[in-house]
Amino acid sequence: MTSATQPTANSDERVKEISSFRNALIRPELGGIVGTIAVFTFFLLFAFDSGMFNSQGIMNWSQISAQFMIIAVGACLLMIAGEFDLSVGSMIGFAGMLIAIFSVTLGWPVWLAIIVTFVIAVSIGALNGFIVVRTGLPSFIVTLAFLFILRGFAIYLPQTIERKTIIGGVSDVAEGDWLAAMFGGKIFTGFFQWMGDNGIIAVFERGTRKGQPVVEGLPMLIVWAIGLVIVGHIILTKTKFGNWIFAAGGDSEAARNSGVPVNKVKILMFMFTAFCATVLAVCQVMEFGSAGADRGLLKEFEAIIAVVIGGALLTGGYGSVIGAALGALIFGVVQQGLFFAGVESSLFRVFLGLILLGAVILNTYIRRIITGER
Amino acid sequence: MDPEHAPLIQMKNIEKHFGRVIALAGVSVDIFPGECHCLLGDNGAGKSTFIKTMSGVHKPTKGEIRFEGKEMHFADPRDAISAGIATVHQHLAMIPLMSVSRNFFMGNEPVKKVGPMKFFDHDYANKVTMDEMRKMGINLRGPDQAVGTLSGGERQTVAIARAVHFGAKVLILDEPTSALGVRQTANVLATIDKVRKQGVAVVFITHNVRHAMAVGDRFTVLNRGQTLGTSQRGQITPDELQDMMAGGQELVALEGSLGGTV
Repeated sequence: MTSATQPTANSDERVKEISSFRNALIRPELGGIVGTIAVFTFFLLFAFDSGMFNSQGIMNWSQISAQFMIIAVGACLLMIAGEFDLSVGSMIGFAGMLIAIFSVTLGWPVWLAIIVTFVIAVSIGALNGFIVVRTGLPSFIVTLAFLFILRGFAIYLPQTIERKTIIGGVSDVAEGDWLAAMFGGKIFTGFFQWMGDNGIIAVFERGTRKGQPVVEGLPMLIVWAIGLVIVGHIILTKTKFGNWIFAAGGDSEAARNSGVPVNKVKILMFMFTAFCATVLAVCQVMEFGSAGADRGLLKEFEAIIAVVIGGALLTGGYGSVIGAALGALIFGVVQQGLFFAGVESSLFRVFLGLILLGAVILNTYIRRIITGER
Repeated sequence: MDPEHAPLIQMKNIEKHFGRVIALAGVSVDIFPGECHCLLGDNGAGKSTFIKTMSGVHKPTKGEIRFEGKEMHFADPRDAISAGIATVHQHLAMIPLMSVSRNFFMGNEPVKKVGPMKFFDHDYANKVTMDEMRKMGINLRGPDQAVGTLSGGERQTVAIARAVHFGAKVLILDEPTSALGVRQTANVLATIDKVRKQGVAVVFITHNVRHAMAVGDRFTVLNRGQTLGTSQRGQITPDELQDMMAGGQELVALEGSLGGTV
């Protein structure tokens, strides 16, 4: 045995000390942080005078970013758990349509319509997860099926019931509803009024609303986005369940051997993704006062792109909610920024494609560093 | 091995049939605390079936399993784990993308209560991980170092340390050294030695006689679903073990043509 007890006390001389730069590179949020700084620098230089950074401008891109953020949190946790959900976009259209049908067509109180819609949507998420876990099929295929199924229903239901694809009039029935205000309302209106009074933000110069701030408060959409990011981040990094999410996506077999309830984790993440999609759906319906059958088109891919820009690996087991939120922010700022900068908006897609490619390549490189592969 | 000790596990006349195939035809092995019991055998000898029976994956067709003197019927591996029988698989034990500390506590996360909320106690987990790794002779850069950066031998060591930390009395190592290089193998064998000295019974499955001879206290050879007996350390030579594993005469013929290097 003497030969076998070679001292390993000194660390292996062939493992190089990792520089702090490389250490920082390993953080999943790195791409998101660098991207955010780059994007803001760019638009501050080229679009500062366009109104992008006054109160309306900020509110404009914040709201767009918040939309991406809400679905990106769900997509992020699900991707870290090792699965995809391609039905997010269709779920947004479908859930929005359910609320409109329940509240306007059937005349239910809005709070009841919202709660029932959440229950249905989360159950469909659970069904997605159940099928994936039970059959062992790639979630890509299972949720692709639901992409079509849910979108089909989102068009079919209003067509047959109301003979149109947009159901309006939600604002009227939602007036004074306590739960609707949780999604469509605005908070801190007093603070915004105060900022307007003190000349910090713009106020209306004339008309019936003279003296009122142009941006009257913080929309609940943004509150939800920030709330979900914080909750998602804490669950992922600070709880036992978060460890299970990483484990389920990192290697489900090893996780099972160690006693992690992998199937439960995955199904719960599918449910959470559906929950996030429904939050966005309700916010949109309350904001526009209507539900459209084509709402949320392509949102599933935008969510996935935001998550990947945020440093998550497509193969699961690695990623960050904060990163995904930054990815969503980049997304929103660029989409609206190009508009403010007067650039042809179709170029946004070119940008998206390029940044996605860049992010995936960077992530693969980071993965090699972490796992020491060559 | 001190024969006065009561055996920790007694496997008595274990038979396991898969349909018409008799994988185990009456195998009896006793395992004592603090010993390293090597289970040797060629491919298909029934080693895997035997340890899977011990760890609760398979139920024996016939025979009796006694753990600490009591007859046990493990319904599934979880039962065996909670009784104190842990298996470390060669693969599928660690998640490369996760930190050592997250891996170490995977499935057994320590929690700290903050009001009504329960949080993963990272400070405790990091501290314990660093301590346990130091005991095993692995110097980590930090508890957040990813397992992917560890060598194969170090990963085995982390898995073994984890099983022992969570109260394993019997540690089943399923060919821990078969994919490792010389130095990494030495590290794993050193780990086995440390664990044995803590009083844990180690069941070391291998088909490498040299690895077995390096740490084994007793050796049981399986061949075609049967034991060819258990021998104490010092009562058997590596050549004899090798012959028993390969089933005698055939290897003599082979060895002639290979110049005795097998």
